[in-house]
Parts: sequence; structure tokens; C-alpha cells
Amino acid sequence: MSDPLAIFDLLLAVAIVALALATLSVRDLFAAIVLFVVFGLLSALAWVRLSAPDVALAEAAIGTGVTGALLLKTLHHLRHVTGTPERAAMRGMTPGAPVPMPVIWANAAFCGLIALGLAVAFLGAPAAGPGFDALVAEAMPRSGVEHPVTAVLLNFRAYDTLMEVVVLLAAVIAVWQIERGLSEAPAPVLGEVFEGFARLTLPAIVVLGTYLLWKGAEAPGGAFQGGAVLAAVGLLLLLARLYVPQPSHRPLARWAFVLGTGAFAAVALLVTGGGRVAFEYPAEHAKTLILLIEGVVTISIAVTLAALFHGREPVAMAPGEAPAASRSGEARDAG
Amino acid sequence: MADILAAGLMALGAVFFIAGSVGLLRFPDVYCRLHALTKADGLGLALIALGVALRADSFGEVFRILLIWFFVAVASATGGHLIAAHARRSDREAGEGEAGNV
Amino acid sequence: MPADLSPHLIYGPTGIAVFIIGLVGALCAQDRLRRVLALKLCSVGAGFLLITAAWREPPAAPDPVPHALVITGIVVMISATAVALALIRRLKSLEAEADTPQDTPEASHDA
Repeated sequence: MSDPLAIFDLLLAVAIVALALATLSVRDLFAAIVLFVVFGLLSALAWVRLSAPDVALAEAAIGTGVTGALLLKTLHHLRHVTGTPERAAMRGMTPGAPVPMPVIWANAAFCGLIALGLAVAFLGAPAAGPGFDALVAEAMPRSGVEHPVTAVLLNFRAYDTLMEVVVLLAAVIAVWQIERGLSEAPAPVLGEVFEGFARLTLPAIVVLGTYLLWKGAEAPGGAFQGGAVLAAVGLLLLLARLYVPQPSHRPLARWAFVLGTGAFAAVALLVTGGGRVAFEYPAEHAKTLILLIEGVVTISIAVTLAALFHGREPVAMAPGEAPAASRSGEARDAG
Repeated sequence: MADILAAGLMALGAVFFIAGSVGLLRFPDVYCRLHALTKADGLGLALIALGVALRADSFGEVFRILLIWFFVAVASATGGHLIAAHARRSDREAGEGEAGNV
Repeated sequence: MPADLSPHLIYGPTGIAVFIIGLVGALCAQDRLRRVLALKLCSVGAGFLLITAAWREPPAAPDPVPHALVITGIVVMISATAVALALIRRLKSLEAEADTPQDTPEASHDA
């Protein structure tokens, strides 16, 4: 074996596949989520090996960190609702009706077909096929930033990124609607040690998030990675109960959700007003515009991700009626 | 010379990580496992960070490695504390439940 | 060249394996939360394939366009996951209410 790192790659690949299998086969749901988080972090490591540090950062922060927090929160809620407080809760899932044999065969055939298609596509692809490398390299001087991934995200393919921010906005609206009037599982008390940890790390996280955002213009990093790191501030504040969402904060939160999409679209319209195609930034202002969009979008992403974690819209509720809120909420909706 | 020292430190750190993992797998209950894991991994991480810092090009890099070490150590200590506290709470609840049943 | 195990040759099949594991899991899982996990595995597997396609022999820089696509995919995936998990929480609460048929006279009265 010519490259000693190939051994590392092989071990990592085996570990990733084994963790994927274990995530779906382990009985305890809590263990499944923990295994998934480990799987996500190792995948991020593999992506660093494939020289994709931007994607690895995004996967570690958003795909694994925030997603893992969301999954654990949901599991906590499910266990609270089913009234079985501890580990034994989800272990004995009642199996549904037995699946008919033809369905199993159809599923197996479908999966086999997809596997075959992927394998053929992978083996048949040219080793270093014609990509967009040359096009991107050629257009880089006009992009206003030095890092190609940031240039693609916020200049060459800015439409995609705008739509992505819209998807996030849609998600938070949907979650607020779905959870309307839903009674909430009481958050666990994490104690003074965690509170101290939160107080100690909060300033560092803020600095790190801002650094990632700023650095994104010339090196791996950017709005999404920075936004996810700043969302961790929100998660820590919520978990340590240093911040409790109040109904009166809703207008502010709504503004923050819309801010990213709004600023992004406003820049596009402004550019169009100058007789250009949307997102065809004038070269001399490109960097300013990109950093402006990135800064605003980062704040928006951070608030949105934290709100997705918190879930329920903070509506006014008398302290005593919290457990019955679910029912009265529905009654209100029906009437 | 610095390279050999760095490699030695990192290898030693890896040994501590392996010891911690063995402890995690072999010890009987949550507290022993946590003990093995937090102690061994804390030391292993410190040794690896030191080894990497020896090979750093600039002072800025050393500083960043130091920061990483500090925050990972604080986070793992807090995580260990939370797991232990939770285990103790659920142990106590389980004990009360059994006492109630009897 | 084939004797040389480049990361691209190792992680491409890894991505395919992870995607298929996720697909089988999504089709077979009985539990809702586990189905969401399986779909997440699918998305990571797809990410592996795209990043492998973008990989170039080290001196050359990788193709940034698939990287940007995967970052977009990760953000879209967390939006979808958040909505799916909210639906799961809601469904479970409704089921738990349906399972306890007593009380709720005042609620139905109000409605």
C-alpha cells in the first residue's frame, strides 16, 4: 500500500458503514441517536480527507450537532408523552401489522435496483470527469471573494442559496403551526455545573461563529457554518434556562426569521434595478454585498435554528394551565 | 528531534485513549466507565494536543490548539458530570420505586 | 493507478453503502423517529457520492460546485428533519390523547 493514510481511510470507511448499520439496528432509540451523532462526526472527518472542509464543518455543526439536539429533544418529548420516564420506554415498541410478502419483495427489488444504479454510475464515471472546476477558476477574479465554495454559494449559484434560506423560513413557520398549542415536556434541570459551562463557553462560541463567517471569504467557513455555531449559543441559553422565550419576543423573532431572506432578496432587486441580472453583482461592490448578505443571513440562520430546536411558538399561557394547553388550544382552533 | 518527540507524545496520547476505550467496554457500571473515560481521555487529549503543538508553524496555531484543548476538556468534564448526575438521579428513583413496590 | 487506493475509491463505495442502508432502513423501520434517522443516513450517503465526484488528485483543488450543493443539501435536510420531528411530536401527543378516552368533556363542549 503506497499511502499509509489509505489504511486510515479504510478503517474510517469500515467504521462509518458499521455505525450506519448500528444506528438502524440497535433497539434503544437513545442509543440509535448517539450512534447517529458519532456516525455524522466520522463522516465529517472523511469529508476532510476528501478535501471538503467546508462541507465537513457544515455537516458537523448542522447535520450532526443541531440535528442531534433536535432528535434528543423529540425523544424526550415522546417519552414524556407516553409516560414512561426512563430508558425502558421505547424498547418494547409494539410491532405493527405484519408486512405482506409482495411488499417486502418489491422493496428489496427497489433497493437492489438503486444500489445497482449507483454502483454503475460510480464505476462508469470518468476518474476526473469534466467538472465545473475550470469555469469556477475562470470566474473567480470577478466573484469578489477568494474562496471558491463561498463564491459558488453567494455569487455564481446565489439563487440556490436564496431558496435555501427560504426553505429554512418555511420550516420554522411550519413547526410553529404544527406545534401550536402542543403541551411541552418539562425541560430537564441541568444544574449549576452546566450553567457555569454555558457562561464560560458562550463568549467563545460567539467569537468562533463570527470568525467562521468572516473567514469564509478566503478560507473554509461561511454563513451557514457560522450561523450553526451561533445557533449553539441559542441552544446553550435555552438548555441552561438563561433565556426563556417570552410571548412578547415573538415579533422580534419573526423579524429575525425573515431578515435573511429579506436582505438577500433586497440585494437581488437592487442589483436588478441597476440594469443587471439578479445576483450579477457589480465587480467593485461584490465583496461588500456578499459580506452584507452573509452577515445578515448568519444572524437569521442562527435564530431560525435555535427556534427550530425550541419548537413551540412562545404563546401566552397562565402558569397553571400548561398541561391542559394542548386540549384548549385545539378547542380554540376548532371554534 | 522535535518531530520524534511530537510523535512519541501523540502515540502516548493514543495509548491513553485506547485505555479509556477498554475501560468503557470492560467496567461494570456507569460511574467506573465515566471514571476511566474522562481521566484517560483527558490525559490522552492533552498529550496529543501537546504533540501537535510541537509541530505547529506559528504561535497563532499553538494558541488555537491550546484553545481547542481547553474547550474540549471543559466540555467533556461537564458532559461527564451531567451523565453522572443523571445516572445518580435515575438510580435513586429506581431505588425508591422498588422500595415502594415492596 | 487501480492498485493505488485513493480516498475517492474508498469513500465512493462507502457512500453507496450508507445510502442503501438508509434506504432499506427508511422502507423497513417501524418506528417514526428511526425512519427519520434512516433518511438522514440517505442524505449523508448522497453527500459522500457528490463529494467523491468533486475530489481531484491532491495538488489540484476539488470542484467547488458539488461542495456548495452538499452544503445546501445539509441545510435543506435540517429544515425537513425539523418539520418531520415536529409532526412526530404532534402525532404522538394526539395518539396519547386518543388512548386516554376519559375526561375532555369541557374541551368537546367548548368546541
